[in-house]
Amino acid sequence: MMVYLDNSATTRVRNEVLQAIIDANENYYGNPSSLHRMGLKAEKKLEEARRAAAKIVGSSPEEIYFTGGGTESNNIAIFGHLANLSRESNIITTKIEHPSVYNVFKQLETKCRVRYLDTDERGRLNPLQLQELVDEDTLLVAIMHVNNEIGIVQDLENLGNIIKRKNKNTRFHVDAVQSYGKIKIDVNRLPLDSLSFSSHKIHGPKGVGGLFIRSGLKINPLTFGGGQERGIRSGTENTSGIIGFARACDLIYENFHEETDKLYRLKNQYIKRLAEEIDDIKINSLGDDMAPHIINVSIKNVPGEVLVHYLEDRDIYVSTGSACSSKARDNRILDAIKLDRDYQAGTVRISLGYFNSFDEVEYVIKTIKEAVNDIRSITKRG
Amino acid sequence: MYNIAAVSFGEIFLKGKNRGSFEHKLIEQIKFSLKDFKNVSVYKDSGKVYVETANEEDMDKIVERVRRVFGISNLSPSIKTSKEPEVIIEKTKDLFRYLLSKQNIQTFKIKTKRSDKNFPIKSMDFSALVGGEILEEFGQVRVDVHNPDVEIYIDIKKACYISSERIKTLGGLPIGSNGRALLLLSGGIDSPVAGYMIAKRGVEINALYFHTYPFTSERANEKVIKLKEKLEEYCGKITLYAINILEIHKAIREFCREEETTILARRFMMRIAEKIALDNNMQMLITGESLGQVASQTMRSMAVIENAIEMPILKPLVGLDKTEIIEIAREIGTYETSILPYDDCCSVFAPKHPLINPKLESILRSESRLNVEDLIDKVLETIEYL
Repeated sequence: MMVYLDNSATTRVRNEVLQAIIDANENYYGNPSSLHRMGLKAEKKLEEARRAAAKIVGSSPEEIYFTGGGTESNNIAIFGHLANLSRESNIITTKIEHPSVYNVFKQLETKCRVRYLDTDERGRLNPLQLQELVDEDTLLVAIMHVNNEIGIVQDLENLGNIIKRKNKNTRFHVDAVQSYGKIKIDVNRLPLDSLSFSSHKIHGPKGVGGLFIRSGLKINPLTFGGGQERGIRSGTENTSGIIGFARACDLIYENFHEETDKLYRLKNQYIKRLAEEIDDIKINSLGDDMAPHIINVSIKNVPGEVLVHYLEDRDIYVSTGSACSSKARDNRILDAIKLDRDYQAGTVRISLGYFNSFDEVEYVIKTIKEAVNDIRSITKRG
Repeated sequence: MYNIAAVSFGEIFLKGKNRGSFEHKLIEQIKFSLKDFKNVSVYKDSGKVYVETANEEDMDKIVERVRRVFGISNLSPSIKTSKEPEVIIEKTKDLFRYLLSKQNIQTFKIKTKRSDKNFPIKSMDFSALVGGEILEEFGQVRVDVHNPDVEIYIDIKKACYISSERIKTLGGLPIGSNGRALLLLSGGIDSPVAGYMIAKRGVEINALYFHTYPFTSERANEKVIKLKEKLEEYCGKITLYAINILEIHKAIREFCREEETTILARRFMMRIAEKIALDNNMQMLITGESLGQVASQTMRSMAVIENAIEMPILKPLVGLDKTEIIEIAREIGTYETSILPYDDCCSVFAPKHPLINPKLESILRSESRLNVEDLIDKVLETIEYL
């Protein structure tokens, strides 16, 4: 049995999506900018897709811009919001952001003051700290909705209100790559200015993403060219990819409650069985404020990387943030939640998707149990 | 410009009556190095090997490949022509014009060698004749036979070859002219360099790689395959054996002291390597050890490790500093791959305080707690050919 449990890294394209991509390549390959009918047909499809992507977050289609992926969306948003950047300005993000935000802020340390929000040991931000840090010079706050490694969900409404109350001109960007299509988002109720998402995390094709930008906000583009996507993202649109993504959005929109409910139940089943079967295990994704599809666990005396390889050999695919080699990269996120070093090395992430089923659970649990026993027999000395 | 490369042999000249077979090996190696080129032929013409291509634009790449074949003292990109004097003169002018476009030339010299005595003009006379034509055509240059900016060499054999540049090569002896050996190839910096150095002396090498999957990654295998492919650019076809020694590590961990792990594991590796070498007609082993570099490479450690087998172990890097090894690794192009992060051994099996002065008797005592033969047979079952 092959069990793919790395859906936070990327997902398998759904069949309906694949069909839509094929159809797009056969029938809608015209350049949306072309004046002729083929161009118009493609453009219409693109606008249809924009409506599909907008529905997921409750925005108007005009507020959606297609990009080349989540990383690009985050970069466009962050740099786009910082037109008036000066030495005196400050910008704020969290210690647990995805690299496509975190490394942008690191980069900006040479240009302005950068502040990083701490989290508690579950990954939750402290609203009081945010309240303290936002001031009249704060241009931008960027906070991820769902953390990709632990699954913690931040309270965007509360955090956004805190920001806007302190400084109504401070822009609020949200990286929603892990939550888009998995957690209900309604941009009309959330005090945010931009929000990024990605196609390949929701069973769409890779190389497509999007950015919601609140209507009326001016964003400076990063790249210049033919002025596609209303100048925000020049370059011929990836029509077939966008059409595929739109199909993935439609499928989720139609079955949202069923599908997310299944993910929650599956997640709870895994957590329950892991806790029952494995000794010295710490589950880092417990609670109501966690995403439906991410299960982060730390297993004592089991190097995460070894477990990953052991499981891959039995056709089960999970992932790890840390490496067992002596040159182990430190794990920023696990440090941020102050996870015990003993447990850090043994941390793996199981992430669920549409294709996972309850039939897989017992095979996975049995195999993890065997793996843990085997690996511990080697790592535990004396 | 050039449609052929003239290849001069290196030390092969010293090898007396073996020369024929050495030349044959060399030609084979040259052909192997060019296996993905179309319309290339390799042949001998009195004392030299020629690599001819129908696509002149390939010549730079061909030279770059052939330059790496061991057993060549130098090579010259050349123009092959028929032997009518007027054709040779025209082609020489073409070459001269080409050289002028690339460098500042004030003086030149023409040198002719006439192995084909049917050629109607004597060498000296022909050089003078061609030189005169050049002077007439390109007024601003003059002849200097002692220290010319450019020397054009006209070699008249079965065909005529005109050349000027002489490209430095690696020297050494043709692969396969000097026996076969098995290289213990890790993903590190040293072992590929060791393999290169022994191969340079004409030894056909194959490689053996030990891993501890799932305690190491499949990406570590890919890294070793890349190193092997890099080495093949110099060493010709290499068979890469991969063996999973996890069972051995498990046994050592269970029955022996932690600080002995590396020494014991390396004794196992030598035994396995010796067995594979003997089974496959290889006469020696090669390792990348450099004296004192790590705990297992002290004088005592090396002695205790070697004691496990009878087969001689070549250690061409034994007296080199790390910086010297890195320099060679960069030159041969293995360095960038070697420093990729995937280790061939998990740190789980690296003792915190490895022995640097192991005693043979106590190692043997530890080893007696293990079923050495069974363990070796068991891990040999995991053999893969990468």
